[in-house]
Amino acid sequence: MTLITRRTLVTGGALGAGLLLSGCDKLAQQPSFRRILFSGEKINMGLQRALMDRNALAPEFTPDQMSPVFRTNGNSNPNTADYNRHVAENFANWRLDIGGLVDRPLRLSLTDIGAFPQRAQITRHDCVEGWSAIGKWQGPMLGNVLKAAGVRTSARYIVFTCADLWSGAPYYESIDLIDAFHPQTILAWAMNDKRVSVGHGAPIRLRVERHLGYKNAKYVMRIDAVASLAGIGLGKGGYWEDHVNYDWYAGI
Amino acid sequence: MDEPTAPPDTPLAPPIAPIVVYRHRLATRIWHWINAITIFIMIGSGIGILNAHPRLYWGQYGANFDHAWLDLRPYGAILRSGWLTIPAGYNLAISRRWHLLFALVLGFGLLVFMIASLINRHFQRDLRVRAREIGPRHLWADLLAHLRFDFHNPDDPAAYNTLQKLAYVAAIFVLIPLMIFTGLAMSPGMDAAWPWLIELFGGRQSARSIHFIAASGIVLFVIVHLTLVVLAGPIEEVWSMITGRWTLPAAPPPEPAPTSRAEPEAAE
Repeated sequence: MTLITRRTLVTGGALGAGLLLSGCDKLAQQPSFRRILFSGEKINMGLQRALMDRNALAPEFTPDQMSPVFRTNGNSNPNTADYNRHVAENFANWRLDIGGLVDRPLRLSLTDIGAFPQRAQITRHDCVEGWSAIGKWQGPMLGNVLKAAGVRTSARYIVFTCADLWSGAPYYESIDLIDAFHPQTILAWAMNDKRVSVGHGAPIRLRVERHLGYKNAKYVMRIDAVASLAGIGLGKGGYWEDHVNYDWYAGI
Repeated sequence: MDEPTAPPDTPLAPPIAPIVVYRHRLATRIWHWINAITIFIMIGSGIGILNAHPRLYWGQYGANFDHAWLDLRPYGAILRSGWLTIPAGYNLAISRRWHLLFALVLGFGLLVFMIASLINRHFQRDLRVRAREIGPRHLWADLLAHLRFDFHNPDDPAAYNTLQKLAYVAAIFVLIPLMIFTGLAMSPGMDAAWPWLIELFGGRQSARSIHFIAASGIVLFVIVHLTLVVLAGPIEEVWSMITGRWTLPAAPPPEPAPTSRAEPEAAE
């Protein structure tokens, strides 16, 4: 093997790698391959659900393990006329609507929400980008609120509609009933022993601790029990899922 | 009678049939090529994911206001270049789709390969590192042999040399398992299912840092591996990883044997 041939081979290898990379992008554009690529979400969800007890808890931490600064991300102020009015009134006239496939639709004030049995938890918030922050969250278990509303057996998902607008439409997220009735899934009105700030989702932020940050919807205004995600937004179960193909199952 | 005779100035060499040995078992070859593609995709998509927050921390938490032990933002222009990432343009969601699908191929591929290599005795026969081989004198002799581009024990040319074995053992039993388990430790779902994962690595951000370090180790392995394949004779080496059959290199001119080499083993 002469050196020239080796050099040719190395160059060829580098070119080949480049072609492979661009080939990956071409492949990902093919609808049939895209289906395979996107099937990883279902497989990972199936495996995780099979390995995980339904009520397996996300790790909880002690106060000395909390992040000194819990950064904000995504939208840090909905800044709509309605929302600004609620902020000015300190959310006194704000109400959380719970509807959809429920027997008793609810309209809860912050006082009503505070009257439910409370759960406080120090948990880690994992952003899809890779950073983590540990904070303390408090609020009623979503499961208890849903029981009070009487979720019908036809419901399969819980959809959260938020006050912040993204390209004119409200941010929304959805979880299934396994996560909705998980003990650590709470409607947090307090963070680090204070009312949740505007930057972190005032007045109510969903905490769904076995999922990445984007599932933990801020500024929750409405909660609906639904049978299907079709017809809501673009049908993929959340703003980021609809618009940039984030996984609906964000446990990984 | 005109009998063909060799010209007087060239001595007649005895005809030597090239010796072909069966070197790579089927499981090794299948796993090798699946992994070649998988590792390539994992590195490209992994860099794409890293670009979303190119700062690394130790401990349970870590974000912008916390101390990062490694801040790769100054290298953002390189890390975001299209020839390095999958997809070519920054797209966290699609990088994650590639990464989390092929992570399954990597994890279950390694598991199946490990079981197959215990059954076909590839591990015991070819990768077992003997105490004698990791003595400093032996390693030094092996290193010198590498620097002479002499990769094969003349008594058993098909056997792996010690440094080669150590590199394979490090990749198969340390680096790839470390990638898999630190990867799992970053999953909030898996942390609930297997809380020991996060204990094992001392926190999610530590797991993320170790994931990056082990990935750098794999990149180094790939670079050294490809360089040595090229030096050892790329066509013959690649062909043997496809067919399993490897032609012994022509015997080198006689020279004093190195002080110690791996003991000969029966090649299949």
